[in-house]
Amino acid sequence: MNLKKILTLLTFLIISFSNTTNSYSIEPDTFVQSTVNRAAKTLSGNLSKDERIKKLKEIAKDTVDINGIGLYTLGAYKKTISNTQIEQYKVLFEQYFLKSFSSRLAEYSNPEIEVTSKKKLNDNYTMVNSILVGTDQRPEVKIDWRVYTKDPNNLLIRDLIIEGLSLVRTQKEEFSSIIESNNGDINALLTTLKDFNK
Amino acid sequence: MKKILTASLIAIMLTTGVNADTDGENSLSKKSKPVKDCFEGLNRATFSLNMGLDKAIFKPVAKGYRSLPSPVRTGTSNALNNLSSLITIPNNILQGEFKAAGVNVGRLVVNTTVGVIGIFDVAEKMGFSEYEKEDYGQTLGKWGVGPGCYIVIPVLGPSTVRDTFGSFINILGGDPYYNASTHGNNEYLNDKVYMATKVISGVDFRAKNLESIDNLKKNSIDFYASVRSLYLQDRQQKIKNSNPTIEIMYEGDWEEVETQ
Repeated sequence: MNLKKILTLLTFLIISFSNTTNSYSIEPDTFVQSTVNRAAKTLSGNLSKDERIKKLKEIAKDTVDINGIGLYTLGAYKKTISNTQIEQYKVLFEQYFLKSFSSRLAEYSNPEIEVTSKKKLNDNYTMVNSILVGTDQRPEVKIDWRVYTKDPNNLLIRDLIIEGLSLVRTQKEEFSSIIESNNGDINALLTTLKDFNK
Repeated sequence: MKKILTASLIAIMLTTGVNADTDGENSLSKKSKPVKDCFEGLNRATFSLNMGLDKAIFKPVAKGYRSLPSPVRTGTSNALNNLSSLITIPNNILQGEFKAAGVNVGRLVVNTTVGVIGIFDVAEKMGFSEYEKEDYGQTLGKWGVGPGCYIVIPVLGPSTVRDTFGSFINILGGDPYYNASTHGNNEYLNDKVYMATKVISGVDFRAKNLESIDNLKKNSIDFYASVRSLYLQDRQQKIKNSNPTIEIMYEGDWEEVETQ
């Protein structure tokens, strides 16, 4: 009898837990708005620049698919480089991305971003549309977020499209330019990333 | 002089293989090919020159312009936009966008009269749809003319052979404001006023992008390549007249990541 009760209780707990887990799955637009709110809170708080950067890096690690973006930006070269090089690249890219991303954002104070709509592209992606509200100093800016939705419980940002311009595509073409101008040598990119990360 | 310029441009276009697609399909309806940077060495040198000029002249001037009261800058920007619709309208028609042409004619009339030569964007307040600039480079692109090589022009910055040719159409009779300034018989407009308008337009653009350009420069490992990518993406998007271009482009590249 006791065993039955324990089993029932366990089953109940498992079901409750799985329901709780499902309830964490959020819509891509809510995910973007909450990410933006986290960043805005960091940027508008009374933190030093270093503290801001540290917090922004944490937010990026939680919400951005840095590894996926890294692979995307390598383009066709990811098929030709060795496993050692790709592992080295992944580490360098993450450092580069976090430094570049946090440094770009840290310049802004209190950015006001409003999520306006979303469009499901396919099972893996939803594009969330938002507006960076204009100020006296700069005009309103449209920002679209490519959200990777394959795992509904772990949504991740894979691109920012600012006024139609994809940051990830720009990154890919920048990396490609460095490799091409060094006769296809991936080591040139690795060295450049190392220098940037110093 | 005009004939020399036209002949030179046609020669450049022919030597760089700029031609319309012959299969009747718009080039953007297919997966677009990357634009070649045929003169990369020269382009990078010109880009460095432009960066030097920007640091010494354009950026400080843009900063000064930024310090003007906001209504002054907004009014200037509105008036410049209003003037640009003189190029946009013929291009709307050339692209078969007759409804947009009609709306832009209405906007031009309202803003030039009630809006005092375009200083006030009355049309926007009246509920006119958002203004989208068009130019001859975009029209050529819409007609299927490929971009040709990427080029960097001294002072003016990034372009392609097609877009440069498009810009020349302005001074070959395609811009009513240029025609009125240089060939019109009136006491208010002349070629100096036209040039001043173009300079102010450049300063206005630079002032609006002070932080974003600085930010991009600071965080780029190859600033030249970043600017080239952004320029070409922007043109592609404008020719397609569609905001979410990215939605349908480069999906294949992402699918490749999926399989890693």
